[in-house]
Amino acid sequence: MNEINNSILTLIILVPLAGAVLVALAPDRAKLPNWIALVTALVTFGLTLHLPAHFSLDKNAPLFQFEINLPWIESPAIHYHVGVDGLSLWLVVLAGLLAPIGVVASWNTIKERRKVFYALFLVQQTAMFGVFISLDLMLYYGFWELSLVPMAILIAMYGRKDGPRAALKFFLFTFIPSAPLLVALLWLYAQTGSFDFFTLQTLINHGSFSASALCWVALAFLFAFAVKVPVFPLHGWVADTFSEAPVALAMVVAGKLGLYSMLRFHIGLFPTQARALAPVLIALAVVGILYGACLALVQRDFWRLMAFAALSHLSLITLAIYGLTFTGWEGAVYQILSHGVVDGALFLLLGALYDQYATSQINAYGGLAAKLPRTATLFVIATLAMIGLPMLSGFVGEFIILSSTFTGVSRSWTIAAALGVILGAAYMLWLVQRIFYGPESQLTASHPATDLHIGQLAVLAPLAVLMLVMGLAPSYWLAAIQTGVHPPPLKSTQTLPTNVLLLPSLSIPSQGEGSR
Amino acid sequence: MNSVPDIFRILPEVILTLTGVAIMLIDASLPAGFPRRSLGWVGAIGTTLALWASLWQLSLPVGTGFYGTVETSPFTVFFHVLICGLVLVTLLLSLDTLPETSHHQGEFYALVVFGAVGMCLLTGAVELLLVFIALEISSIATYVLAGYRKGTARGPEAAIKYFLLGSFATGFLLYGVALIFGATGTTQVYEIARLAPTAENHGLVLAALALMLVGILFKVSAAPFHVWTPDVYEGAPSPVVALMSTAPKAAAFALLLRVVYEMFPTLHSTWSPLLWVVAVLSMTVGNLAALRQQNVKRMLAYSSIAHAGYLLAAFAGLGSSGIAAASFYTAAYAAMNVGIFAVVTLASGYDEQRPLVEDFRGLIYRSPLLGSLLIFFLVSLVGIPFTGGFFGKFYSFSAAVGGGAIWLAVIGLLNSGLAAAYYLRLALAAAQRKAADENDAAIPKPRVGVAVGAALLLAVAATLVLGIVPNDVLRAAEAGAHTLQAPPVQTSASGHAFAQQP
Repeated sequence: MNEINNSILTLIILVPLAGAVLVALAPDRAKLPNWIALVTALVTFGLTLHLPAHFSLDKNAPLFQFEINLPWIESPAIHYHVGVDGLSLWLVVLAGLLAPIGVVASWNTIKERRKVFYALFLVQQTAMFGVFISLDLMLYYGFWELSLVPMAILIAMYGRKDGPRAALKFFLFTFIPSAPLLVALLWLYAQTGSFDFFTLQTLINHGSFSASALCWVALAFLFAFAVKVPVFPLHGWVADTFSEAPVALAMVVAGKLGLYSMLRFHIGLFPTQARALAPVLIALAVVGILYGACLALVQRDFWRLMAFAALSHLSLITLAIYGLTFTGWEGAVYQILSHGVVDGALFLLLGALYDQYATSQINAYGGLAAKLPRTATLFVIATLAMIGLPMLSGFVGEFIILSSTFTGVSRSWTIAAALGVILGAAYMLWLVQRIFYGPESQLTASHPATDLHIGQLAVLAPLAVLMLVMGLAPSYWLAAIQTGVHPPPLKSTQTLPTNVLLLPSLSIPSQGEGSR
Repeated sequence: MNSVPDIFRILPEVILTLTGVAIMLIDASLPAGFPRRSLGWVGAIGTTLALWASLWQLSLPVGTGFYGTVETSPFTVFFHVLICGLVLVTLLLSLDTLPETSHHQGEFYALVVFGAVGMCLLTGAVELLLVFIALEISSIATYVLAGYRKGTARGPEAAIKYFLLGSFATGFLLYGVALIFGATGTTQVYEIARLAPTAENHGLVLAALALMLVGILFKVSAAPFHVWTPDVYEGAPSPVVALMSTAPKAAAFALLLRVVYEMFPTLHSTWSPLLWVVAVLSMTVGNLAALRQQNVKRMLAYSSIAHAGYLLAAFAGLGSSGIAAASFYTAAYAAMNVGIFAVVTLASGYDEQRPLVEDFRGLIYRSPLLGSLLIFFLVSLVGIPFTGGFFGKFYSFSAAVGGGAIWLAVIGLLNSGLAAAYYLRLALAAAQRKAADENDAAIPKPRVGVAVGAALLLAVAATLVLGIVPNDVLRAAEAGAHTLQAPPVQTSASGHAFAQQP
């Protein structure tokens, strides 16, 4: 078992890559690429499940587990240093879970050049896993950049209307901010001679860097992450990307990577600088929540609606992250998980609708509930989870985030953010009403309807169950997340200088469970 | 000190010269109309031998031969291997892409090999007169090659432009050599390095430095000496551009490194700001101009100007870190650039009936292999991790940051973001489906033969190796940097005829 623990993360990175090579080499016959990709994705998902199964919650357990640290490049010293802690543990599993869902979502949609699609899709998986587990900043940067390429190419190749334009926009929006990030990394290396996360963390918090230089470095980090999330004024790429990207990629394009990076590499490395900037980010996040929700209300295209809904939801998570409370961080990580699952389901369903009716104009739909009962049921469940109905996954995250903001940050901001949550219910329910209820539209009446096929059901049913379980028993997930968010007593000075946090850690589980 | 026969110091050059002569003789003795393709293989074998010979030179003690005019050291071996590799790829590429009916095929291969002699000699020369001769050998070969497609209007235009401007640049270099001889009384690099700081007429030394820089920067097509590049690249046949944009530049960068770091290390405060300005100008001008290009070869020409700028950023680095970074970048740039020109050659054909970005639309559907390779090399040119292009930029800019030039790194990396726009435009065009009304059948399907397949494989392998396991190459570059950094006392003591006669 020890041997597996020592190489599991390498396997998680390599299996999708091997699958990609296999897809590229195998003949492009019938659905062979699909099957290879599906098997690879399932195997990878299985491997990621090994992590929570063997993740030790023991108080004396090391902060980072399954750690591997091998020299890769001698000069400059870049290491293949990977490991997961409570923060990244479930995010890795989430990425693993979304891979087979992505394959199923593309099963009948992608008809041309399947090999290219699935090979790049699997490379994208590798890059995402790499981002979540890298503990060497250069390695992290490598995976971060690598994740852009398959995404951009796939959007260009499989875009619905004007793929290349959206792809270019997406790529430039996310690539240009990583230029300052790289300069910041190089500067840190020139000062410290290390790219190692722990070394840098210690040196930055105890070192004698000039404050103004560190401020710029931290800002460069934040800028790159904020675009990727996106945070309010930097969201220009989202709507186009969501309406062009194939469903399998739209699920993963926003959110996770950027939010995780904020927690790990911005707040984790530069707590003092993050604290200084927190008020600005909180304000931007609240603006983002309301702005996204208002724009989502008036969209006529459901992909764009989902894009602005994502802006609104991800801003809520950003708010929690920069509230700088332990509870808020737990809620943030939990909400990333929940958002990933719910968004995955919604995108799969919308993708199925789009495949049948070839339009994303909401007013072209109507009265589908009678014709597509399974789609309608699952869509309503996912919608309810998204808008935070108690007992479903979205509620736990939103509740923790809002309550921690209320007690730990500011009441007025919380009220404004809660308003966004209410608007969220409005636009999502209105979407459900316009698509599934009311009189049948011309389009839906004239089209023969086929409901979800068995593969889609096989994916969606577990997701629906997962939303319910995540809503009922959050402590199962929160237990591990807490170990990542609460610094253990020994390393507390190292992880978070005492001056950073106003609040002592709150007892989260009781709050999360007590809410029911 | 064990003496090494002088001939071993120039063994690769000797092999290449013999190969070139052999090609010309065989060409002359073959009956007219007999296919001359096999001559390319002769050239390829000779180049491979020369490559091995340069590697073998590593076993020689570092030192000079022929009265202190030619040096062998890890530095020269690094560039010899690089240049021989590039020439090999070019020859393999030409084997499959030169039309059977083209005239003077024998001369073509011979010229490529003779050009390689000049480039190799240029990296090893430590005597400015030999530098000049080597530069002329390589330049004249490339002037002729640039005009190889005589039938077209653009071919001779390219050759004449390149020749006229190139001669001026060489003139500048020669003038610089003359001035430095006037200031120090020698043309031997180590002697100049020793005498220049104490030269009576400091202004003369500075003027010499400036004139030599102009000459060399022209050869590497750095702004503001870049105007010839797009026209020449557009007019010259693509396999020649694959060579021209890489090997002579690598040789010229080796010369630049030698001049600034070995000959004038004491004038660091003078040349460093100059190169800073040239670096920023090159990358900005190159990228901005490339954004507007519709012709793929012109776009890549401007991109090569921008890459010269990224490379010059490494010169802001201190001592050996800067040299190592510049050498590494040269290798990375050469690998991906020769690769992309190979793909462009195959995709647009020898006659280049379809040279525009628009014509590459749907390449991945017509030819999945070429389409994927095009995207791969473009991704490397953008500088995405796990490709050579990334580590090239990484080392170059980390050398700059290490030397304190943070703004140069910021400008450079923002520029590489800008550059992504036009690289991606081409990559995404290749990935895009064709409009339904266009007729695919009318476009000939590119064929990938054995030789060109080997060339592509070499380029891809080099780009990946430099991006994933760069340790060995980096170590070689560092070893080279150290030999360039430490002024070799023992060689100057072993007696330089030219230096001691006056």
